[in-house]
Amino acid sequence: MTEVKAKVIKSNTVILHTASLFLLPLQLLFSMFLLLRGHDEPGGGFIAGLVAAGAFVLYLFAHGVDSTRKILRVEPHDLIGAGLLFGVISALPAIFFGQALLTAQWWSFYLVGTEVKLSTVLLFDLGVYLVVMGSILTIVMSLNEAEE
Amino acid sequence: MRLEVILPIFIPLIAGTLSVVVWRSTFYQRWIAVLGTAALLASGLWLLSAVRAEGHVVMQMGNWQAPFGITIVADTLSAVMAVLTGLMGLVVAIYSLGSIPASHERFGYYPLMHLLLAGVAGSFLTGDLFNLYVWFEVMLLASFALLTLGGERAQMEGAIKYVTLNLFSSAIFLSSIGLMYGMVGTLNMADIADKLSEVEHTGMVNVLAVMFMVAFGIKAAAFPLFFWLPASYHTPRVAVSALFAGLLTKVGIYALYRMFTLIFNGDVAYTHTILLWSAGFTMVTGVLGAAAQFEFRRILAFHSVSQIGYMILGLALYTPLALIGGLFYVIHHSLVKTCLFLISGLVYRLTGTYELKELGEVYRHRPGIAILFLIAALSLAGIPPLSGFFAKFIIVRAGLEIGAYTLTGIALAVGLLTLFSMIKIWAEVFWKAAPEGMDMERLKAPVNDSHGRFMLTGIGILIAGILLLGFWGQPVIELFEVMAEQLMNPEGYIEAVLGGEQ
Repeated sequence: MTEVKAKVIKSNTVILHTASLFLLPLQLLFSMFLLLRGHDEPGGGFIAGLVAAGAFVLYLFAHGVDSTRKILRVEPHDLIGAGLLFGVISALPAIFFGQALLTAQWWSFYLVGTEVKLSTVLLFDLGVYLVVMGSILTIVMSLNEAEE
Repeated sequence: MRLEVILPIFIPLIAGTLSVVVWRSTFYQRWIAVLGTAALLASGLWLLSAVRAEGHVVMQMGNWQAPFGITIVADTLSAVMAVLTGLMGLVVAIYSLGSIPASHERFGYYPLMHLLLAGVAGSFLTGDLFNLYVWFEVMLLASFALLTLGGERAQMEGAIKYVTLNLFSSAIFLSSIGLMYGMVGTLNMADIADKLSEVEHTGMVNVLAVMFMVAFGIKAAAFPLFFWLPASYHTPRVAVSALFAGLLTKVGIYALYRMFTLIFNGDVAYTHTILLWSAGFTMVTGVLGAAAQFEFRRILAFHSVSQIGYMILGLALYTPLALIGGLFYVIHHSLVKTCLFLISGLVYRLTGTYELKELGEVYRHRPGIAILFLIAALSLAGIPPLSGFFAKFIIVRAGLEIGAYTLTGIALAVGLLTLFSMIKIWAEVFWKAAPEGMDMERLKAPVNDSHGRFMLTGIGILIAGILLLGFWGQPVIELFEVMAEQLMNPEGYIEAVLGGEQ
């Protein structure tokens, strides 16, 4: 399938082609790291979303829109929708504890001896992550398709 | 924890988000549009009843206490505006079902509409100056997109003026916020009002007052920076124009009312005199501009400018009665102007044009629509016993009471010119013989599809509102008396925010 697309994407080289296959999982892993690190240190949903989008954009340059869609499995539009939904939902739990809307809720528990902190803040960050990634992929993919 | 005060912001956000989630199906988006705006109206009414019972409803977002966190606060004015947002949203959502083409729906018309409503409701309910700026931007973002949806040449031209002027206004607004923060060290509006009375540099306070006046004046389309409105409001789909004319300019008016009763009430002789003359010029230029126009929607757009003058006049006279009149005018104008825009859309659907020259004889074939137009048009001109009469009557009386004869005279003369413009539309569109080349078959053909019914339902709700406001205005006026009382005595607002209950 990549051979078909290779005609369309002119800048395709063997090096980029192969490198993007290795870089994609690495970049995605790094974006996850940034997302979780954003809890207490520099990082967070926005920059993590940019890195994740960057990973897929690189793959798109090497392999074309169709195969990117295939590995993405979902429409970028849906990522935006899901992200917004997470963001809105993160405001709600406070209501059930009788606090003002958007008050952050924290839950921590121990998993194999490490403290795991979950919070509505993380949910919100995840929402930002998905919206940023979805928006950029929507833009890049539609530009690419318009070119074709 | 007061849920009712945040719901008018939160409901459109949820509705917009859900519309994005189901972006593949316009069917669900349409349902969400109607249900979401209906829920918005219901939450507005809930908020209004809570405010009537207690005076102020306050919520500190994220449990960060004022003046450090963001306060969401509703007094009677905010609550009434929230109800208005819900009503306009519902009417326009219903009307959109019958008038927005499928291509626009696919390009995110409904999510943008919800986003716009969230921005408007946020502006009405926030008690934080910077947060107000954020809601303004949310609103503008959505309105830019709605304005250009469809991508016609005229739309782009209108949008460029709209975007430029509004960004300019945002820049002034933001710099004023910066200066304000530098002076009093707080952004919470109640806290600013509290601290500003102790500040020494009264000269700087007046400079800031004028800067805010310019920023909000541009958004409200007041003289002299109003020309973006007639350049852009007639270009998008008529449902969008109606939403803009009914709600968007009112946000600027609301911000002026809030700032110049709560914060800048120290040197009324200076600030409110400027407002007074700005109001006068706005009324005159708007109505004269309208008299020169021969396109249905352009006349309506110019008239919006002229009517904005009345609302600012109410604030500028700065007596309880004048505030009642000005705010009554806001409500009245939202209903009437939205209604007129929606009717122009219906006429367009029947005839395929907005040009007065190419129209005629609508009354003979569609007397029902003509009557609906006449009710709204006469109300706009201020003919008793419709809502516009009482709105104008209160303002004029307030003007005479404090001896502002010149401006009262201007207001009355402008009312007459408004009547002239409305009669012009009536004569050209509904009365005169059909011109050559008008598609009479289309006009005569029976309209009995669901689209027409949706459009008529939207118009019907507004007409009912106009009649109700005219014939059963007493409870509304009583509510507005409480509102004016609160605005003239901002101590209650300040105490509610800063000394607040939880």
